[in-house]
Amino acid sequence: MSLLGKLDWSAIPFDQPIIMGASGGMVLGIGGVLAWVTLKGYVPYLWREWITSVDHKRIGVMYIILALLMLLRGFADAIMMRSQQALAAGGAHGYLPPEHFDQVFSAHGTIMIFFMAMPFVIGMMNFVVPLQLGVRDMAFPTLNSVALGLTASGILLTNISLAVGEFSKAGWVAYPPLSELQFSPGVGVDYYLWALQISGVGTLMTGINFVATILKTRAPGMTYMRMPVFCWTSLAANLLIVAAFPVLTATMAMLLLDRYLGFHFFTIDGQGNPMMYVNLFWVWGHPEVYILVLPAFGIFSEVVSTFSGKPLFGYRSMVAATMVICVLSFVVWLHHFFTMGASANVNGFFGVMTMIIAVPTGVKVFNWLFTMYGGRLRFTVPILWSIGFMVTFVIGGMTGVLMAVPPADFSLHNSLFLIAHFHNVIIGGTVFGLMAGYNYWFPKAFGFKLDEGWGRVSFWCWLIGFYIAFMPLYALGLMGMTRRMQHYDVTSWQPWLVVAAIGVVVILVGIVSQVIQLVVSIRDREKLRVTADPWNGRTLEWATASPPPPWNFAVLPQVTDIDAFWKEKQDRRGQQTPVSKEKKIQSIEMPKSSPTGFVTAFFAVIFGFAMIWHIWWVAAVGVIGIFLVILVFAFRADEEIEVPAEQIARFELANAAETAR
Amino acid sequence: MRYVLLAVVLIGAATLGGCNEGVLDPQGPIAVANRQILLNSLGIMLAIVIPVIVATLGVAFWFRASNDRARYRPDFAYSGRLEVLVWSIPAMTVFLVGGVAWVGAHDVSPRRPIESTVKPLRIQVASLDWKWLFIYPDQGVASVNRLTIPVGTPISLELTSSGVMNSFFVPQLGSQIYAMAGMITRLNLQADQAGTYRGFSAQFSGEGFSDMHFDADAVTGERFAEWLNGVRGAGPELNATTYADLAKPSSAVTPFTYRSVAPDLFGRILVSEMQPDDAMCRRYPTSMRAEK
Repeated sequence: MSLLGKLDWSAIPFDQPIIMGASGGMVLGIGGVLAWVTLKGYVPYLWREWITSVDHKRIGVMYIILALLMLLRGFADAIMMRSQQALAAGGAHGYLPPEHFDQVFSAHGTIMIFFMAMPFVIGMMNFVVPLQLGVRDMAFPTLNSVALGLTASGILLTNISLAVGEFSKAGWVAYPPLSELQFSPGVGVDYYLWALQISGVGTLMTGINFVATILKTRAPGMTYMRMPVFCWTSLAANLLIVAAFPVLTATMAMLLLDRYLGFHFFTIDGQGNPMMYVNLFWVWGHPEVYILVLPAFGIFSEVVSTFSGKPLFGYRSMVAATMVICVLSFVVWLHHFFTMGASANVNGFFGVMTMIIAVPTGVKVFNWLFTMYGGRLRFTVPILWSIGFMVTFVIGGMTGVLMAVPPADFSLHNSLFLIAHFHNVIIGGTVFGLMAGYNYWFPKAFGFKLDEGWGRVSFWCWLIGFYIAFMPLYALGLMGMTRRMQHYDVTSWQPWLVVAAIGVVVILVGIVSQVIQLVVSIRDREKLRVTADPWNGRTLEWATASPPPPWNFAVLPQVTDIDAFWKEKQDRRGQQTPVSKEKKIQSIEMPKSSPTGFVTAFFAVIFGFAMIWHIWWVAAVGVIGIFLVILVFAFRADEEIEVPAEQIARFELANAAETAR
Repeated sequence: MRYVLLAVVLIGAATLGGCNEGVLDPQGPIAVANRQILLNSLGIMLAIVIPVIVATLGVAFWFRASNDRARYRPDFAYSGRLEVLVWSIPAMTVFLVGGVAWVGAHDVSPRRPIESTVKPLRIQVASLDWKWLFIYPDQGVASVNRLTIPVGTPISLELTSSGVMNSFFVPQLGSQIYAMAGMITRLNLQADQAGTYRGFSAQFSGEGFSDMHFDADAVTGERFAEWLNGVRGAGPELNATTYADLAKPSSAVTPFTYRSVAPDLFGRILVSEMQPDDAMCRRYPTSMRAEK
């Protein structure tokens, strides 16, 4: 037994130029940023204001930064897959050997779902929900910071696998028996499992935090039926997290026991049952897609209503539809494997249940349509993303219902048609929604708008690129091409794959435009500077300054209607005095910054890495470290600081002056 | 722009998919039924999806802020009639498609035998790393990576796997089904036209997965009899020893045949050497198993 477990120099793939290049770039990039930050003397500032911050807005922003970085990483994987498949036709085998290609598609799926979409959605909720609820922070601010830390730990472990060892070669779903020790003896699956276990705990904490926040801390007067729709969809998504993520954690724990301690949950010997994993995975997996898309639906609701200059049509229908989706998402998981050989009754039941989810989803689409009807649409970047979504998502929904028909699925299961379908709903739904939200709430977060021109370029490239990249995959699926092929013998598929690769290039232009948009906007920030309410908004986040002060609201707003801020603006019309002056400003207790999250994450990474490489004594250090951090936090003496009333009043005055100007 | 593109893609799919191999070019009753159900469902949904897309773009364009002729109704946020309509349109669509799904799930259930006057041909399929073994138990022969079947005869397949899960799929003959270790799944297919159809694994199974395809040769009755005679006259025997050799991981294996098969070899693959305690395995709980 070596002191370093399975770890030695052979873990670093020196003979693989592509991997070494990528990991070298990654190490240089991270090292460069760290060096720059240190040399410029930003470290104390970052530590004080960001890393130890328990402010939901800053945590939200950090989540989104992580998500955008992982979007680049996952997209690099996408480029590799598309180019490999565009090349590897007939006798050609492309430039990625199976052993590498299999890691690339496994990493792409894992990163895009768990480390791009999830942090993006959670970051968006973190930033927006407390503001929309008219409160000052989350129910458990430090827990929020710990959750961010654990998500970052999972991300770090996944990226370490690029340079040290390997990533899973069993797909992002890691079905046993392929993911069992017998067929995947390497550390790849262990990286996958520990990264998801650690970040999954963080996600569960986030879920609990949001459910508590939304149910228990709302501004006075904000009844459930006055909550903004984004808060409703966030509530639904977080209820799903609380209900579904423990299933994932338990499932992966069982697979870990199989791999580490010789258990037989999912093995093919010793009475194990691999198909139980498949069931359990999708018991989590189907709610997961609604965890991703429901908040996006909420974003579209806010955006469409704001830019149409109208309240959301059929608010109560929207709420009902959201909650119906929330419940139904737990009774459809079997549609991911109609081909397992269940009876016609079972398949038929799950097929019909799946389609029933299309009813509330259809209701939502119609309600957005009627929200625009009779409105005055301002074609800003967020509304472009929303309309692009409505058109694209309807197509994706249709192909989804198509595959919910068991006999159709018998022909389309696991084909590129399926790949096209879920990218159609995840890109067309979640990603478009997140982009709309990013453009919509950016001015609130930083006090200046994002550049419109580059925003439009980015939108059109994404939209057109999406269609060029994924419509050919629908066709290929019908032609009988299955997923995850490192090479193929049917040369008539190649032209379609070349077109798809071109589509990816167009999307790349869209992503580059987004980067340019950000850079240009930061450069021109004085010109793009905005006050509290740049879009003529309707909900409470627009009632406070941009960027909001740490305490969000000097005086908690009194809510009397659904669109609380809109109502306030209507009532205020004709009166000259700003509202803030009428109210008495008092000092506010705010939660104190805490390094708990960062230190927990530090030990979590150590623990995860040690477990992956079987370095038991270091794993013990990690566990003890985490335990001590929790202990220290539990026995803290002072948890809050008081922001004096004068400071708040000064801020309010300055903000009022800014608004008047 | 994107509609032009969509149209091009859809037309392209119809033409290319129509003349090439694939789901849209069925060669047997199951594949025909699957395609029919697919197209029916698609048709029902397009009837609602296309108007929604057109309406979305139309409403968004007409109610643009710069259009003075559009009436601004800032308080139009509820209408009981529209709500009823909004819930009932998708509900009715789903009612129709759901009916198609329920009936279809029963009509073309993979385990349901195909009604025919011809006696079905039994074939046992085992997915190995990374090739397909086809055993003809009643004929006492076996074949690797090539499935030869007589035209117009119902084929009754039993499937299992030596280890990793795979999915047996010949798009032009119809439904696919998983092949899983320690379990048997059943699939009934039939070819109506003679021809060679591409078959493959549709479930990622590891390194050699991309080469895990085979030809399904549908031949006339006489040709099938000739083929059987030829197979019986040559090639190795399939018994425990040769199976152990075959089961070792290998990919892109050139098709070959076995002139005889040891009795109940398939049963032994089902509870194979991978599963040391046979007796225990036979008594496993059946809840999630495809079949005992």
